[in-house]
Amino acid sequence: MTVSATPSILKRSIDGTTLTEPTAIELEPDPSAQWSGALLEVRDLTVNFETDDGIVRAVDSVSFDVHENETLGIVGESGSGKSVTSMAVLGLLPRSAKISGSVKLKGRELIGLRESEMRAIRGKAIAMVFQDALASLNPVLRVGDQIAEAITVHEKKVPDKEIKRRVIELLDLVGIPNPVERAEQYPHEYSGGMRQRAMIAMSIANDPEVLIADEPTTALDVTIQAQVLEVFERIQTRTRSSIILITHDLGVVAGVSDRVLVMYAGRQVEMTSVDELFYNPRHPYARGLLASLPRVDGRRDERLNRIIGQPPSLIFLPQGCAFHPRCDDARLPAPCATQRPELRDIGNGHVSACHFAEELPTLSTTDLAATDAAETDAAAPEADG
Amino acid sequence: MLTYCLRRLLYSIPVLLVASFLLFGFVRSTFDPTSRLRASRDPSVVQAERDRLGLNDPLVVQYGSWLKDAVSGDLGVSSRTNEDVSSMLWRAMGKTLQLIVIGAFVSAFIAVGVGVFSAVRQQSVPDYLITGLSYVGVAMPPFWFGLIAIQVFGVQLGWFKFVGLHSGDSTAYDVDYLKHLVLPVATLCVQIVASWSRYERASMLDALGADYVRTARAKGVPRYKVIFKHALRNALIPLVTVMALDIGALFGGLIITEQIFSIGGMGRLFLDALLQGDVYVLEAWMIVVAALIILFNLFADVIYGILDPRIRLS
Amino acid sequence: MKTDDEIGEEPAPFGVPVMAEPHAELELSPDAEPVARSQWQLFRRRFFRHKAAVLAGTVLLFLFVVCFGAGWFAFYDKNHQDLLLGPTAPSKEHWFGTDQLGRDTLTEVLYAGQISLKIGLAVAFISTAVGAVVGAIAGFVGKWIDQLLMRTTDLFLVVPAIAVLAIALKRFGQSDDTIILVLAGLGWMYMARIVRGQVLSIKEKEFVEAARAAGASGPRIVVRHLLPNCLGPIVVNLTLGIAAAIVTESTLSFLGFGVTPPSTSWGNMLSSAEGNYSINAHLLYFPGLMILLTVLCVNFLGDGLRDAFDPQAKH
Repeated sequence: MTVSATPSILKRSIDGTTLTEPTAIELEPDPSAQWSGALLEVRDLTVNFETDDGIVRAVDSVSFDVHENETLGIVGESGSGKSVTSMAVLGLLPRSAKISGSVKLKGRELIGLRESEMRAIRGKAIAMVFQDALASLNPVLRVGDQIAEAITVHEKKVPDKEIKRRVIELLDLVGIPNPVERAEQYPHEYSGGMRQRAMIAMSIANDPEVLIADEPTTALDVTIQAQVLEVFERIQTRTRSSIILITHDLGVVAGVSDRVLVMYAGRQVEMTSVDELFYNPRHPYARGLLASLPRVDGRRDERLNRIIGQPPSLIFLPQGCAFHPRCDDARLPAPCATQRPELRDIGNGHVSACHFAEELPTLSTTDLAATDAAETDAAAPEADG
Repeated sequence: MLTYCLRRLLYSIPVLLVASFLLFGFVRSTFDPTSRLRASRDPSVVQAERDRLGLNDPLVVQYGSWLKDAVSGDLGVSSRTNEDVSSMLWRAMGKTLQLIVIGAFVSAFIAVGVGVFSAVRQQSVPDYLITGLSYVGVAMPPFWFGLIAIQVFGVQLGWFKFVGLHSGDSTAYDVDYLKHLVLPVATLCVQIVASWSRYERASMLDALGADYVRTARAKGVPRYKVIFKHALRNALIPLVTVMALDIGALFGGLIITEQIFSIGGMGRLFLDALLQGDVYVLEAWMIVVAALIILFNLFADVIYGILDPRIRLS
Repeated sequence: MKTDDEIGEEPAPFGVPVMAEPHAELELSPDAEPVARSQWQLFRRRFFRHKAAVLAGTVLLFLFVVCFGAGWFAFYDKNHQDLLLGPTAPSKEHWFGTDQLGRDTLTEVLYAGQISLKIGLAVAFISTAVGAVVGAIAGFVGKWIDQLLMRTTDLFLVVPAIAVLAIALKRFGQSDDTIILVLAGLGWMYMARIVRGQVLSIKEKEFVEAARAAGASGPRIVVRHLLPNCLGPIVVNLTLGIAAAIVTESTLSFLGFGVTPPSTSWGNMLSSAEGNYSINAHLLYFPGLMILLTVLCVNFLGDGLRDAFDPQAKH
């Protein structure tokens, strides 16, 4: 539950091409902030893809810390760069991706490691759960064997019996009934929720320090979603793993995360504690996301607020703030359409990349009620982000 | 798994029956088994022969009696050589099976190897080279490849033999036999190797881009294991389907190959029978080949079931 | 004969990132392209991007012109013999050499190309037309027509096509027109199966549901919605059909069941060249190279058309 500022981020300019010098930020020293000892430190992570039509900057100078036993939610629309960020951390991007910046696990730099060194980290220190469990499990191998492989890849000399015992224990831990028989089955014999549980069992096979979950509940029914999220919580109490939860569903974030990072068009636009984000969002995009959540107690004829327009093409990003064409509060043309806003601390470790972060109106009571609804949803999420 | 095989086998019986009936009718209406008697100019002789062979009965009756004999192993007598058709087929089959079985296995191994290599080294120089060659291989008429191969490797370089499967009266399976085998097998396989390897490359690339391969990499599985255990197992499944469909073409290729290399197998038997209107041989040939193709298809189905648990367990 | 429809276009590279397809985004993004392009413009742009296909198309056009214009282009008359000269290797006077009767091989190859190309084109067009109609009906109407089509085509999976074709040609005769009819008569079923599959999948699409819900009649749906959407596969398989027909014809002619002298095609030129291995290898090379070149170009053209019609398609 460490809610921490990340001052180290703010000391550097986010992008050398910005038109103005970043505003100097004075930070109150926060005694509880243990940023130097963060488990995972990501600094200025940038990922470019060269395509026929130009360079796509899928991730642009993203920086964050993940502390021990903490859950960091990364929220954004599809194409906002959240999945690419996680793939870059694990070194799973194709060779065509140009990665710069730094990713440190307990102080050890991961960017630029050789493939064999990276392999020793994948699935062991950092593990990942993917979105579509049906596609992510190998259809021609038994589920038990796939979980066993996660163990044997990193521990060579474990007797078969011991591996089998651990596989069954893992399946049991994630709540799969009849684990002994289930281990012998193939993915297509599992239901959707069970497959996702099996994926989780596979990812925690080596008690990873960081568990990255990429949209783990998106493809599931709402009731199953809640069960799967509960599995994550159970794991965390047991293993004290840190979890990076990538999702577009604010309801999911509200229930599980400690801190939230909001991404838009490959850039980090806001980062703060989950409570702060829900009650006092300081970026119009985050405000828009919150306002678009349906309310359980809302009047039926009331229309949902929505963010107008489409997410921008990553090849032709709007000048200035990437969000300004869709922003209700944008002041045009300057500064929003001319000047790229810097990510800056606006107090208490709340970081926002909006020129007018401090001036944004607080959410109306209607909006607040909406966020309450969202939080209630977290236990049994009904809001489909 | 067993029920799955039995079901496939049962399904193929009506296909075989209908196919054999149509082919039988087709051949009977095309050729006249009594044509060699025409020279006798005595209508009563021809008529007597027609009666003896039952050619005046309706087609269905003819087919029925032919099928009855065929099931009991009697495929009739060649109207050309007066030899028992079944023993002619039996003799030809030995040589043909050598070509087909060796050809199918060689093709499968080369195609999978080349396809996997190409996919793993995607967009490298060897990949471009292989892709280019496979385009040529697919576009080239196999018989022309055979002729060129004889010209270059048989006549000019003298590396391989190109008449029959053995030298002289030899029947030994030795180096000489292998020298005879290389060119016909290459001719038989060149086109399917080209097309299968392209297919395998595409399905291997699909598999390498699949989510389960990403999962395996995220687990820290080493690259060779990702390729051969995770990707290849999946990439073989669609290839087997294509292989099964191409077995018919393989038998077609046999006709050409045996003709070019003077190998007295099924292909030559067919051509000789066709040129001389040898009805009983043609009828028997059609049915036996159809049965063989169905058998090979069944074999492919079994492999398919072994590779894909979703099929096996459904 | 094998066509190469089973070859897919390049699937995504190893470990693709979770990201929208850049092309699609470009074409949809209103900022990037303010003018909406017509289907035809998009098709043309994608096709001309495929350099191999454009080159192949040009070469094919050239082949057609020189073959069918052989009367103007060839240096010698058709069947002009020079018995005293006999077979010679390629030279300045005879680029492709001469055969046993002293005929100029280049001239013969061009005239033979008329027959080969004519048969290839005619077979492909006839079988495509018949196959498209039957396939569309089978896919749209279903029921017994569909069953009949599927079971008949199943039968052809268990007998080698070349054997059936050989018998049929033996029965119906070996004139050019008969060869075209026999090859097309057995070739349309493959096409029908493809169109049927396409129709079945489009039938389930929302826009057809919508048309049906709006009360459109059956024939109207077939003509307005199904056939236009099958156009891609039909055109692509038409090109592949040309390639398959040329190879099949040459194979049958080589075996002696196809084009027979005095008419010549590339296939039976090879047939008469066989047996002259050691002395006159050039007689073996040129007709075969012509087949290879034609089929190669047609296949590249087909690839280009497929990519242009359906850039996202995986096969």
